[in-house]
Order: sequence, then C-alpha cells, then structure tokens
Amino acid sequence: MIPGSTPLAETAAKTSRRRHLLDFEGWSRDDVLALLDTTDVMAQVMQRTIKKVPALQGFTIGTLFFEDSTRTRLSFERAARAQSADVISFAAGGSSLSKGESLKDTLRTIDALQADLYVVRHQAAGAPHQIARWTDALVVNAGDGRRAHPTQALLDAYTFRARFEGFDGFAGKRLAIVGDVMHSRVARSNVALWTLLGAEVVLCGPRTLLPAELGQARGVTLTHRVDEALEGAHAVMALRLQHERMTRGLLPSLAEYRQRYQVTRKRMRAAHAGALVMHPGPINRDIELEGALADAPYSVIEAQVANGVPVRMAILYTLLVGSR
Amino acid sequence: MPTPDTLPHGGDAPVPRTVVRGAHLIDAHGDHGLHDLWLRDGRIEGLDLDGAAELEVDASGLLVTPAFIDPHVHLRVPGQEEKEDLASGLGAAVAGGYATVISMANTDPVVDDPAIVRALREGAARLGLARLRPAAALSVGLRGERLADYAALRAAGAVMITDDGIPVADSHLQRRACEYARELGLVIQTHSEDPTLRSDGVMHEGRVSQALGLPGNPAEAESIMVFRDCEIARMTGARVHIAHVSSERGLRVVEWFKEQGTNVTCEVTPHHLTLTDAAWERFDPVFKVAPPLREASDVEALRDGARRAVVDCIGTDHAPHTRAEKDRDALAAPFGLPNIEVAFPLLYTELVLSGELELATLLGLLQGGPARVMGWPEPTLEPGASADVVLLDLERERPVEPATFTSKARFSPWEGRLLRGWPQATLVAGRMAFRRASGAPG
Amino acid sequence: MHMTHKAQLMDAQELGRALTRIAHEIIERAKGVDGLALVGIHTRGVPIAERLADLIEHFEGARPLSGKLDITLYRDDLTEIALQPVVRKTEVPFDVRRMTIVLCDDVLYTGRTARAALDALVDMGRPAVIQLAVLIDRGHRELPIRADYVGKNVPTSRAEVVKVKLSETDGEDAVLLLEQAAG
Repeated sequence: MIPGSTPLAETAAKTSRRRHLLDFEGWSRDDVLALLDTTDVMAQVMQRTIKKVPALQGFTIGTLFFEDSTRTRLSFERAARAQSADVISFAAGGSSLSKGESLKDTLRTIDALQADLYVVRHQAAGAPHQIARWTDALVVNAGDGRRAHPTQALLDAYTFRARFEGFDGFAGKRLAIVGDVMHSRVARSNVALWTLLGAEVVLCGPRTLLPAELGQARGVTLTHRVDEALEGAHAVMALRLQHERMTRGLLPSLAEYRQRYQVTRKRMRAAHAGALVMHPGPINRDIELEGALADAPYSVIEAQVANGVPVRMAILYTLLVGSR
Repeated sequence: MPTPDTLPHGGDAPVPRTVVRGAHLIDAHGDHGLHDLWLRDGRIEGLDLDGAAELEVDASGLLVTPAFIDPHVHLRVPGQEEKEDLASGLGAAVAGGYATVISMANTDPVVDDPAIVRALREGAARLGLARLRPAAALSVGLRGERLADYAALRAAGAVMITDDGIPVADSHLQRRACEYARELGLVIQTHSEDPTLRSDGVMHEGRVSQALGLPGNPAEAESIMVFRDCEIARMTGARVHIAHVSSERGLRVVEWFKEQGTNVTCEVTPHHLTLTDAAWERFDPVFKVAPPLREASDVEALRDGARRAVVDCIGTDHAPHTRAEKDRDALAAPFGLPNIEVAFPLLYTELVLSGELELATLLGLLQGGPARVMGWPEPTLEPGASADVVLLDLERERPVEPATFTSKARFSPWEGRLLRGWPQATLVAGRMAFRRASGAPG
Repeated sequence: MHMTHKAQLMDAQELGRALTRIAHEIIERAKGVDGLALVGIHTRGVPIAERLADLIEHFEGARPLSGKLDITLYRDDLTEIALQPVVRKTEVPFDVRRMTIVLCDDVLYTGRTARAALDALVDMGRPAVIQLAVLIDRGHRELPIRADYVGKNVPTSRAEVVKVKLSETDGEDAVLLLEQAAG
C-alpha cells in the first residue's frame, strides 16, 4: 500500500491469490462482473490520446503461441504494452518443439526468461493446464484445442453488456450459437461463461457438428433448427465454418450448410427486439453469416474486435496485481 | 543353436535346491494351507520334504502361488531401448510376480524376422529374469499389406501373431492371417479398433471428452472391430485372442460369440478395470492409452465379465514410454502406460479387498487363464511343474512409488495409491529372479 | 490492523469552515471560475471537490467544472502489493488542456497519491496549471510535493492514522486521529 494513505487502504478489494485464467472453473459470477467493470476502465484508457498507463511496469508477460494466431497474439501484446508491461514473444512454429521436444522441456527453457505471466495458445486441449502445473508464473489460456478460449468469451459478454440496448443484467438473456459447435472452443467457453452469468444458451448446428453431450449442462439447450435457435434470442453468434469439415464427411456441401444454417436478416426477425449479431472472426462472409448482416446496425462484430484489448488489459491487471 | 524349448533359463549354472518355508500355498487345485515347498532342477519337487537345501527362503506370512503369465507386454526391444530394454522390462515383470511374458512386435525394426525372435529369446534367457515368449508381426513391417513368414517365425520361437498397436484395417488380410496361422497352431491376437471410426481420438468419446474438448474415440470403434475379428475367427477356425477389451459393448460381442461356440478368447487390462475417462480431468497424458479408458459402466461390465469368466485373462499391455514423451501435450503424447509392477497389488486391493472378486478368480486370470489362451499347461504347485513361484504379501500396505520402478518408465497413474499384495519374491525355473529389498519402505 | 481512537481533529463545523476558506482561496488565485476545474481523487477527494464546487458556485454565481480521478493504474507499488485495489472509472468530462486544475484529496501524507494523480492527469492532456487542495496535511512527505490549499496542518507520527469522515461516504463529517494498537 501507499503508506498510511487511508483512501487507498479502503479500496483494497480482495486478498492476494495466485490465479490463472484457464477456463471459468473456480471463477464466480462476481469475479467475472468485477472483471467486466475493470474492462470499462481499460476501455476508457484506450479512448484517450495517450493510450498507456504505467500499471504493469515491472511485470513481464510471455506470449507462447504454439498454434499461430497473429490476431489474438497482437491483441494480448497491445494489452500488455498499454499497461507498460514488458513482452516476450515465443512462436513455437519454428522451435525445437516441432522436433519432438516435450512441452515441459520447452517450458523449462522459456521459464529461464522469468516471465510473470504466460499467455498460451495451443492446438491441444489442456496444454495451458499442463503448463500451469509446471511453472510458477500465471497462465492465461488464449485458446486450447477445441476446449476453451475464455478471453474471447469475456469480450463477447462484455460487448453484449456494453451494446445491448437497455441492458439490465444477464439473467433471462438468451444467447444462440449457430454452427460448428463441436470444434469450437469459443462455443464451449461462451456456454460456460453465459450460464455462469445466469443467461441461457441455445446451441444449434447439424448433428455432425453438435455433440449431444453439450446439452447436458444446466441452462443449455440444443436444436438442429436454426429458426428455433434464434427464436427470442438476445444475441446470435455465428461460428466460423472450417472448409476442411466438408472433406471429413461432417457436411455434404457449403451450399447445403448455407441453406440450412446461415444466419440471415430474414431469420433474425425471429430474434428478440434489439438482438445483436456476433461472430468470433474471421468471418466467411455469405457462408455462416449473410454478408449484409455483418454490416447491419445490430451487428457488433467490429466492437468485439475493438473490445479485445481492454478485456485482455483487465485480465492481465486482475491476475498480476496482487499476485506477488 | 539351441531349439526354442531347450534354452536354459538363467544360464548353465546349476539351479540350487531350494526350500520355501512356512508358505501358505494356493494354486488352481485349491488352498493347501501351510507347507514347506521344495524346488529342484527348475521344477517343483514336493511338499515338506527332508534333506538339505542350498537356498532357504522364509515365506512365513506370505501367500505362495504359481508366478503369473502376461500375454501382452511391450518391451520396446529392438530399437526403443530408451523406453525399456530386456533387463528393465523383464526385471519389472518379475518384480510384478510374472514368470512369463509375451512381448509385442511393434518395435523398430518390427519383430517380423526370425533372427529378431531368436535374439530376443536368447537375450532374455541369459538374463534369467522373466521368461520371454515373443509375439511376431502379423504383417511385414506392421504395414497391413503382406503376411509375415509365420512358419519361420514359429520355428524361431514366436508363440503369437499380432500387429498389436496398429489395428489390421484390411479384413481380407485378417482372414488370410487367421487361415495361415491356424495350420501352424499359432494364436492370433488382435488389437480390435476400427481405425477410421477411432479416427484421431485420444480418449474415450463421451460426456467427458466433449467437455474437455479432446478428440474422442467411441466404444463402437472397438465393438465393431471385435465383431469383425470374432466373425473371422469363426469363419477360419483360427485361435483368436482379443487383446485389451475396454468397453461393455466390446465384451458383449465376445460373449455372444463364445455362446455360439466360437473359439475366441479375450483379455482385459489392469487400467481398464480400475480407471475411467474422468481421469483426464487434469489433462495428464499419463492416462492416454489405446483403447482409451472408458466410463464407469464399462469398468463395471469388465469386472462383471471377469467374475463370470467371459474374460479369459488379464493382459497388462505394459507400454513404457519416456517421461519426456508423456510430458508432451494431450495430442502429441504417445499411447500407453507402465503397469506390470503394480498389476497384482492394484487388482488385489481394488477388486479382491473390495469384495468384488474372489482371490482364486483373480489368480486364475493371471495363471491358468493366460495359459489356456496360449495352449500351455496350467501352472500349478504340483511336483514336476515348472518352479515358477511368486511370494505375495497380502498384509503390508505400501504406496505406489514410480521412482522405485524397475521399468524405465518411472511414472504411474496410480502414483501414491496405497496397495496391498506386493510380490516379495519371484522364482523363475527354480531361480530367485526377484526379491524385494528388505529395507523397502512400507 | 486494530486502531484506537486518539483525538478528534475537526468536527463538522470546523470541517465546513476549512472548506469554505479553501473555496475562497481558490477563487482568489484563479480570479473567477473561467477555465477552472476541480478534480477529486477517489475516494474522499471526490465529495471534497464537489463541495468546493458547490461553495464556489454559491460565492461566484457560476459553477466550476468538476471531475473524478482514479489513480490506481498510476500507483508506483502495483508490483509489490498483496491486495488488489479495485480500479474505478475516471470521469473528467471536459478537455483538461489549458485549464487550471485543482486536484482535491482528503489527506496529504507521503505525496505518492498526488504524484500518481499528476501523471494520470497529464496523460489526459496538458493543463495550464495544476494545484493541490487537501483537507489535512499530516507531514512525512516522501516526494517533493506540497499542497496549494490546506484545511489544517496536523503534525503526526507514522504510527498514527488520520481518518477523514464525510457524510457522503461515511454518514458524518469529522476528522479523527487514530493510532495503531500495539501487537
């Protein structure tokens, strides 16, 4: 604390706790809402002329991207530098990991650089958990396999809260997620987060891309009919359709997918008044989403991208400050 | 060159006449109570004899029974000695109470050459640890294209034909292998998983895999292939043994064929009898095995199958890897775990002490069961039987300590688990092949 | 940390008189409310800034601009602290450039809060003048910072704590001197 300065002493919110963001396991509704409030402050910083604060001066953040994702990595690095943290980037593509070095040995090498927090993207579900077991640093999951992408879900929820007209809490809200749910970490994390916040989630897609087991969670329903999914939804999220799904026999053709599952202006009429259209990006225009819809006034896809940085700033701040 | 049946186990030095004193003897014929068990020239000599013994073994408080047979281990020789070698693998076997193991052919090079079979047998005989009976490859290079030379492999000492590790995708090849092996009296062992249906799965497909976002391998990949392999067994009349049945549906298919009179046998592993897919919760690739750990209902079905003798034997599928390989991510880490050193204590503690399985049934699955699968004489303690004996301590509780494993794979899904039933000594062909250090913690 | 009550430094009346005096001094120095803004530092600087703005409006017939400043992201101890402070919104709904800004806080002690506030303010633009108004100056500065307007100077020991209570945040107006109980 600043010695003897009473106002600051009273603002101390919670006791120090070493905490990762691997998924939403162990995160309460209040934790998440506090994170969204902190995001508001960070968004304010990013609207100023000088988009930088000294908060994380002296902290070092390592981005470990075993799976390439320039967009997500840049977003995290911007979030770190906007708070004056030092950033070490590690792209695993060309490293010795591809020559069969174990994840643990790779981490041991990187750990010598003494980062306080790692941002981990990996093609294998659970790799951030493994890394969290092997390092003293904090770990933020930036996407692991099909499993989780918690910062994306947080920025989706934040965008909805900021942009839904007359937002009065997540309880009673309905999020429809349409598309390739099976392979989507974004879908899994949004299911976890929105149900934690008290909203309902409807998952929609063809049976080949919609595992029945995901419908067993509380607050989640499944449907194979897009009109049913959009009925009364406050937010509609279309998922990116990977082209290789066609070759693996999961879908007959793009044309058929479009016809049955594309989120269109016409289909959006069934949604709740003021419903927002979201997409985790990058968009296949006119495949999962009618092209014109991406530019509609109720589309918040650009806001999602813009909110990525303040959400990640809030996460880095929340995890790092008070962790030592 | 010695023929397969005359390789002296443990070298040419004379075998000491040995007496195991105060032993509580149990074998397939029943519980014989307390006796002194005399061994001579590699055979059981008799009970409570007189005369001088060159070696006295105190077995007071211990159960003494025929040492176990494992129809399914991976010794990684030749070519992957960083994972396991003959000394560490066969040493681990005797530490687990096994006198005889069948090694799989998925090595580098593959065991598809009689010279490799011979080298394995000679190397193992020199060591004098567990007795090694190698399996040979079903297809050349395990490539699933061309049959290996079964007659030559059998002449060199191979006792089983299998491409274990790689399911035989080509049903025509499986049929021809069965037809050819039948006339040579070789057992065909199958790794029954449909490779297209199991796809890129790293764990059992179900609620847990969907929640964890790991690619799943459905139980049907097993049951479909078990059906094909049983059907081909029936069609060809070959002696087919289904390895590591892991699912309720897979076991039901085997049972259905047995009811039809098809000459098919099957094994289950210690891990499929004791672990479920829930173990993946911490994303530890130690639990990555093929076929995968299934659901609680499957474990229950396998235990029930063991009780009702639908399951013929326990095969460990001891599959050592280096720690570094298992420290990779869930997709990149290899399939397989080491378990031969803990198999009996694990199954005794989890199944017998819990009241789910009779001790005699468990022993049968480790002794007479695998022997019948292979067409070998049933191991007993009768005079004249091979002096393969294990001394088991059913009382003392001790934790699983991978750091003390003889196997090079010093990790375990059961690390820290407190178990009873640890082998204290194992004699193979009348020689002391393993003796637990007296200072062992416990 | 247990605190024992030691003395009352100000009652409600004295507190009100001190703010009135500060309001007069601010007007005198700024020569009116044009280009004048009062920015309160969270938490108790915020009601102090609002009260000063009210008083100035009462005396001058025109209200100066006012805002709220959260300095958490500018603290110099974030790598060391064990407790995580809640970050609050900064609300300075006007352009600070070329303005006379009076930072308002309840207690001036080490000067570190004021230092952080100066950095936070400067990052929003370049004011013409920045001044500092505090209700209590208790000494023990660790940085070369002084207040332009002081309600009361109170010599203290480091073991003591000055507790400002305001009706907006604490239900009553008073300034207390507390001491950390031994043990």
